[in-house]
Amino acid sequence: MSSNGALIRIEGLHKSFGPKKVLSGLELDIERGETMVVIGGSGTGKSVLLKHIIGLLKPDGGEVYVDGEAVSALDEKGLNRLRRRFGMLFQGAALFDSMNVEENVGFALTRHSMMSTAEIAERVAGCLEMVGMPGIQKLHPSELSGGMRKRVGLARAIALQPEIILYDEPTTGLDPIMADVINNLIVEMQERLKVTSIAITHDMVSAYKIADRIAMLYQGKIIETGTPDEIRNTSNRVVEQFIKGDSSGYQQGDSR
Amino acid sequence: MPGGIMDKLSDPQFILEHNILTVLLRRGLAYSTQLGEIVMLIRKSAVAIFRRPLDLALIVRQMEEVGYNSIPVVLITSLFTGMVFALNSYEGFHRFGAESLTGTVVGLAITRELAPVLTSLMVAGRAASAMAAEIGTMKVTEQIDALHTLATDPVKYLVVPRVLAGLVMVPILTAAADFVGIIGGYLVSVKLLGANPYVYVNATKSFIENWDIIGGLIKAAVFGFLLGIVGCYKGLTTEGGAEGVGKSTTGAVVIASMCVLIADFFLTKILLD
Repeated sequence: MSSNGALIRIEGLHKSFGPKKVLSGLELDIERGETMVVIGGSGTGKSVLLKHIIGLLKPDGGEVYVDGEAVSALDEKGLNRLRRRFGMLFQGAALFDSMNVEENVGFALTRHSMMSTAEIAERVAGCLEMVGMPGIQKLHPSELSGGMRKRVGLARAIALQPEIILYDEPTTGLDPIMADVINNLIVEMQERLKVTSIAITHDMVSAYKIADRIAMLYQGKIIETGTPDEIRNTSNRVVEQFIKGDSSGYQQGDSR
Repeated sequence: MPGGIMDKLSDPQFILEHNILTVLLRRGLAYSTQLGEIVMLIRKSAVAIFRRPLDLALIVRQMEEVGYNSIPVVLITSLFTGMVFALNSYEGFHRFGAESLTGTVVGLAITRELAPVLTSLMVAGRAASAMAAEIGTMKVTEQIDALHTLATDPVKYLVVPRVLAGLVMVPILTAAADFVGIIGGYLVSVKLLGANPYVYVNATKSFIENWDIIGGLIKAAVFGFLLGIVGCYKGLTTEGGAEGVGKSTTGAVVIASMCVLIADFFLTKILLD
């Protein structure tokens, strides 16, 4: 890994919703250029973690540093500046259903760049090509399947040429083949765009395929971090149970 | 835990949490929290209006939605209100031979009160509910989060155009409602009840001052602003999927209508002074 320090550093992150403690002192470093996959059961706070990184939620304690900058200290203007360095793919793609595919993918370009309409159209076409969906500019989100929506969502996320891409459950709800298409795309993004990626998932096939490193979130903390091989051969019983999908044993209190 | 009602009633903790005073206090607290959040949203929107870029296309679209698409509903409401008001007041004035006052009373009631309030209530039913439903759906499908991640402020992008549309279009609709309501009153009085058309028009013209009309339009602007804010607020605070969207939509109409009626009293008081 690079020696010039982590691109994203998460220190002692705490977050509660009412009486429910979701994150309790979470620590995680993400190096420049790597793909970090955070695994963990449903409702363990993976999405909450992601939303802290991009400043959608404010921590109760602790801090997220992006390039040394404390996210929770930023005002609206600073946050918007920071967010232009990010692209995020939402679980349900979160495409704007009042707009067609072209307007969705070009949304940030239209609002935040000085590019002309023709240049935007060209960039949009390029992004759609990159996710393997050329020529669908005029379709509306309601006309797309789940896998197509995710790919358009990814095209939207990369339109501003971000340095960091966040993936919220990229393969959830897709058939195995479409899931593999998405996994390949994530790997390809990493190789072609040299981005840093953070994905959260409970799909181990996907995690092994896309990750440089995997971190396991359990009871509000990262309990183990390692390469896919290290995780596969873990000695931690909780991690072992999770990656094997064994319902008897340690993680009982977790399911709701 | 035993669920019998007698068990519960002998449990001091249950009594403490569920007596009418606690429940009312909690409700009151919830309402004042909402009120505070609405004031915050007003403040944020006021700041956002002056931040570039100016989303002219979005504003025009909302004006069409709030204003143009509400024209039929507003005009029909106003026409019939003017008609029934003339019917009732003519009948009433007839009892002491003062039918000639009908035109004045209909005109005053329409311009000062009925046109602004009824127009706002109809727009609250049509547009504030639509705002809450649309923004609420965006909230529960993470589209609001997506806006944030695309470095776009939802207040600037969604709230400002809707509030401006309400602020501008409700007075315009009200002006149209003034006109149509007075026509409705005229038609009923003159064509149905046989009032003297010259006397009727004269009674309308000479006793209704510009200020009556302008005051009504000022009220309409405030109502339009309020129903826009409430519709957006209910949308942005939606939680809990499709059910939540339904609740927000209903809540938007109820709260917007109440705001209009409550604000009406205070505005009328201020404008009369």
